[in-house]
Amino acid sequence: MVMTGGQANAVASAPSPDAMVIEHAWQALGTVADPEIPIVSIVELGIVRSVRLAGVSLVVEITPTYSGCPATEAIASAVDDALNARGISSKRIETRLAPAWTTDWIAPEAKRRLREFGIAPPHVAGARVCVAGISPLRRMAQVACPRCGSTRTHLVSQFGSTACKAHYRCHDCLEPFDHFKTF
Amino acid sequence: MNTRAAPPLFEYVLRFADSDLVLAQRLGEWVGKGPAIEEDIALTNVGLDLLGQARMWFAYAGEIEARHNGRGRSEDELAFLRDGPAFRNLLLTEQPNGNYADTMARQFYFDQWQRLALDALSSSRDSRIAEIAAKAVKEVAYHVERSAGWVIRLGDGTPESKRKMQAALDDLWMYTGEMFVPDAVEIGLIETCTAADVRNLRDRWLSNVRVVLDEATLSVPGGAWMQGADGRGGKQGIHTEHLGHLLAEMQFLPRAYPGLQW
Repeated sequence: MVMTGGQANAVASAPSPDAMVIEHAWQALGTVADPEIPIVSIVELGIVRSVRLAGVSLVVEITPTYSGCPATEAIASAVDDALNARGISSKRIETRLAPAWTTDWIAPEAKRRLREFGIAPPHVAGARVCVAGISPLRRMAQVACPRCGSTRTHLVSQFGSTACKAHYRCHDCLEPFDHFKTF
Repeated sequence: MNTRAAPPLFEYVLRFADSDLVLAQRLGEWVGKGPAIEEDIALTNVGLDLLGQARMWFAYAGEIEARHNGRGRSEDELAFLRDGPAFRNLLLTEQPNGNYADTMARQFYFDQWQRLALDALSSSRDSRIAEIAAKAVKEVAYHVERSAGWVIRLGDGTPESKRKMQAALDDLWMYTGEMFVPDAVEIGLIETCTAADVRNLRDRWLSNVRVVLDEATLSVPGGAWMQGADGRGGKQGIHTEHLGHLLAEMQFLPRAYPGLQW
């Protein structure tokens, strides 16, 4: 394509067609809810790692949260459906393992919504103390009850309704709740 | 199926895949039988993590096989269509569930080992191994907390729970030796910084185990004789009598109905 000066200026001030397709794709992905926690999207959870164009094909990289998470395949097919619905049919969905998914990638807004939904959100993973094999029952970080805010809570089980959550109970309001584990 | 001897890297990756798969199957046997619903769910979730890790290792093993002889087996073929002697899992992982202390002792020894091994592998020269290990070790950190927590609760619990926990630790002790003895397959890969040098992990493993057992008011078992540590153990495909029974249950469906789709 021969580009005149005027067109070059137009390109500089408006997004390129490629950038628009990518932006369009991100918007579509933003509507894909996590199958097990439908109040947050897979983009907010940090599951979508990148969106790019390879020739005419869109390449979406997603990362598994837990390696055995049964939602992984459902997420890939939901991504496919969401992009098809926006008319993006030429695409590849790839899995990326590294860097490994961390709850630090969950958007602050999504953490707030998790709490409102009754799930205590994760802490910052870097702050997690990991000392070789030592006193596992004592070094669990405090988890605040999402209902009453009390930190007088205790761990019932390392695993709650899904692999990514632990099961807690509040001593003040006496309610059980899920904690999205720091990972 | 293979006309040429399997490459060492295939053998090595298969060991991790098989240990994860076999232990996941054992944990799956608890489904619907856990002592409390929270435990039922927790055991299944640990099993699910291990199954997910097994799939990543199997997928890689299949790719290595394809590079080597043109055709690589799928995850399902590797899991369901091999017989016992082709399995490379640690003997510890195939031991029966027994009582809850037996299940937790098996998990505790394995989790402590797996965490150190995966941590070392996360800096493997083989970038795929490093990626899988870095992913899996985060999950295993939770497994260790859980199994160590149970060892402490049962050990520092009632006289009966303490007796059972100690007996379980003693019974399974002889299967922990082979975890730290590399064979020719491993040595070659250790030299290229591909495999974890498990010889370097033993002291740390023992000290981590000891910290938990001290808190649990239990003793570190003292037996010196180790099953399979002479290079004729699970990693070489020489198994205890328990593996065949496990495989019979796990593999029945895909073998009775080849190619069956869910």
